[in-house]
Amino acid sequence: MAYSANQLKNGLKVMLEGDPCTMQDVEFVKPGKGQAFTRVKMRNLLTGRVWERTFKANESLEGADVMDRDMEYLYNDGELYHFMVPVTFEQYGADMTAVGDAAKWLKENDTCMVTLWNDNPIAITVGNFVELEVMETDPGMKGDTAQGGSKPAKMTTGAVVKVPLFIEQGDILKIDTRSGDYVSRA
Amino acid sequence: MRDWKPAASVENLQKRAAILALIRQYFTEQQVLEVDAAVLSQCAVSDPFIDSLEVNFRGHPTAEAELCYLQTSPEYAMKRLLAAGIGSIYQMGKVFRSGEEGRFHNPEFTMLEWYRLEFDDVALMKDVEQLVRSILAIGPIRRCTYADIFMEKLGIDINQSSTEQLACEMHRHVEVELDPDDRDGWLNLLMSHVIEPMLKDEPVFITDYPASQSALARLKAAADGVPVAARFELFVEGIELANGYHELTDPQEQQRRLEADQHTRQTLGLPQRPLEQRLVSALEVGLPDCAGVALGVDRLVMLALQVTHIEQVIPFTFRNA
Repeated sequence: MAYSANQLKNGLKVMLEGDPCTMQDVEFVKPGKGQAFTRVKMRNLLTGRVWERTFKANESLEGADVMDRDMEYLYNDGELYHFMVPVTFEQYGADMTAVGDAAKWLKENDTCMVTLWNDNPIAITVGNFVELEVMETDPGMKGDTAQGGSKPAKMTTGAVVKVPLFIEQGDILKIDTRSGDYVSRA
Repeated sequence: MRDWKPAASVENLQKRAAILALIRQYFTEQQVLEVDAAVLSQCAVSDPFIDSLEVNFRGHPTAEAELCYLQTSPEYAMKRLLAAGIGSIYQMGKVFRSGEEGRFHNPEFTMLEWYRLEFDDVALMKDVEQLVRSILAIGPIRRCTYADIFMEKLGIDINQSSTEQLACEMHRHVEVELDPDDRDGWLNLLMSHVIEPMLKDEPVFITDYPASQSALARLKAAADGVPVAARFELFVEGIELANGYHELTDPQEQQRRLEADQHTRQTLGLPQRPLEQRLVSALEVGLPDCAGVALGVDRLVMLALQVTHIEQVIPFTFRNA
């Protein structure tokens, strides 16, 4: 599937210089006298790099076979992270490049979004909030719930989160994965 | 349920109507006559970068079609009226441009175009300023020549820079591929991609366009003697709002420019469409000395209402019509 420059729109996935890219911001630019352009801000789905580029109206781009699928995280075998499509039981193994920062939020049996390019995982997006168990933290201080102050807590997935002083080992916490901040006890 | 609702709020459409009424009131006070010349014609605009919508006319539903064109501006028809001695006129109505869709574009849009007898580009800018400032809450509008704005914003002397230097400057800002020798193309890119966003803070008339971008404006000599087009554009908040000329009245030059456009169309593989030769005939009889300007009414309303998408000020966009 090829797209001409004037068909570009937000969220469209295209191939550029061999890499799949997603359109983030598309603006039609047409001086009253002069030719039309489509100015695009896009993100390279492999490198995450965001850049701007302008296309003439008659340029065309090849669509990228990219799709997002909800999958269940199964396990990590030391090399690959394994995911499964719940309905069909199809399994996919993603390497560390694809998983990236999402790794520290991945809990077994949680659902996350796997981006596939030509049926290979290239990116993992976890939900905005995850619930994780505290594996290790300094002992909690009773009666300290209202006061400020925080301490580091290591979660079962390996993530380290700043938590209030009253949090105990074994507590289940709700974390905002976008900021990495503690939200509440689950 | 099908999406039947207009994208614009009823409140915005009421405000739009009030602005249209103000515009008509302005021209009534100025004793400029309203006309509603045809927007369906056997001829099409010659400009290679403006694409007309094609329409089939049939004498009978099963008869062979005659190809007609929806006008991209009422310019040709209005000039024929001017040559017929009608005096200063304005037209506010729909015009059509194929392929133009975006935040500031809809293929069907409302254009205000007017011509003032015995005005030049400088006098017409005052007129535009008076009208626009009666609708938008903006201060006095600055005047700056095309060459000066390039110097001020980019430090480029366009009269000294090679096309390669212009392309090089453009590549510092945005990646784009264009014919390396297309000087006006690079100038347009720098203007639309780099300079326009820098014009957000103050309304400005860019004046004295390069002679190569004169369209239907006559040429004049700039202060430094370089020939420039007697053409201006108005930018408010970095948005291109109006484009005006001290009009070309020379029929031979008009004929030459029509043919040059047709030639460019051929070179670029664009459709060859019937040129408006009746315009040349009208100029042969005599177009009175006049200046004319076209203003995007939808954009004016967008600026007045401080909205970000044209769909917020027109009842239905092309995709919803």
